Amino acid sequence: MSAHAESRRAVRTYALVLAGLLALTVITVAAAGVNFGSAFVNAVIALAIASLKASLVALYFMHLIHDRPMSAVIFVTGLVMLAIFLMFCFLDTLSREHVEPAVAAQIPVRAASISARMLSAS
Amino acid sequence: MSKSQVALEHGAHEPFLQHHFHDLEQQGEASKIGMWLFLVTEILLFGGLFVGYGIMRTLHAEAFHQGHLHLDRTLGALNTVVLLVSSFTMAMAVHSARTGDRRRLILFLAATLAFAGVFLGVKYFEYSHKFHEGLLPGKYYRHAGDAVPGVAAFFAFYFVMTGLHGLHVLAGMVAIGWLLRRAARGDFSPSYYSPVDLTGLYWHLVDMIWIYLFPLLYLVS
Repeated sequence: MSAHAESRRAVRTYALVLAGLLALTVITVAAAGVNFGSAFVNAVIALAIASLKASLVALYFMHLIHDRPMSAVIFVTGLVMLAIFLMFCFLDTLSREHVEPAVAAQIPVRAASISARMLSAS
Repeated sequence: MSKSQVALEHGAHEPFLQHHFHDLEQQGEASKIGMWLFLVTEILLFGGLFVGYGIMRTLHAEAFHQGHLHLDRTLGALNTVVLLVSSFTMAMAVHSARTGDRRRLILFLAATLAFAGVFLGVKYFEYSHKFHEGLLPGKYYRHAGDAVPGVAAFFAFYFVMTGLHGLHVLAGMVAIGWLLRRAARGDFSPSYYSPVDLTGLYWHLVDMIWIYLFPLLYLVS
């Protein structure tokens, strides 16, 4: 393939990626107006579309798809670290409603007694 | 002739080859690894904010929903489009540098700079509107009439996340301005365009962070 044809193909790829990114932006805005059952499911759908867009940017605009694997190894390692960071925080916050009923029954009482103590202290 | 002598010979012809690299390709690959490592630190910098945002939003879902209603979704979507197009023009600038097209390199760098300016202009408009309404972070929050408490926390995240992102856009504009000067001077060629390539990587990461900020801040369900 000549250098000229290769260059034209690269430009076409970038234009297609931009079109895809713009289409996914429209889809994100439209999906935000639809109720998919719960706020959590809606948030997951919004983040899944965002991740698809970010993957397009990383693979094509940042050349990870043709690049030597070293760049992708560094990038993905960073993402794995971020995923661990996020996972442990959400293991906590998202599981608070699923504690044992016997324990859950005590939580409001204790919370109320703590805030009452804080109020009387201030 | 030894390897270092070869490098010295090359150095005489290649003004941008630093003496500790064998050739420009090796220099370019090494600097690219450096840039990707820097981008990972950027991901973790914003990552801390994303984790904080996630915890506060799960614990105060109502307040975050109420808070996001104060943001202008149309302006957020407009800025998303502006930044995506600027990523495209940046990719085209890198491509022009690689193919040695100086005229198009300058054109696409200037377009990227202009889109970055539009982005910050819209952001300025949004910020001044928020300041005017008293929608300020934390204890500075002065907006009255919210149905639920805690909206100030949403605005703390809004200003820190978009503010840090805005600073990155500004830094990118400085870097692109520097590239424009060097491109006009004729520094870049198909064998040497690492500064354009690396600034491109940085710019795409800034775009990528906004791709997440837009649904998280403007489209809370």
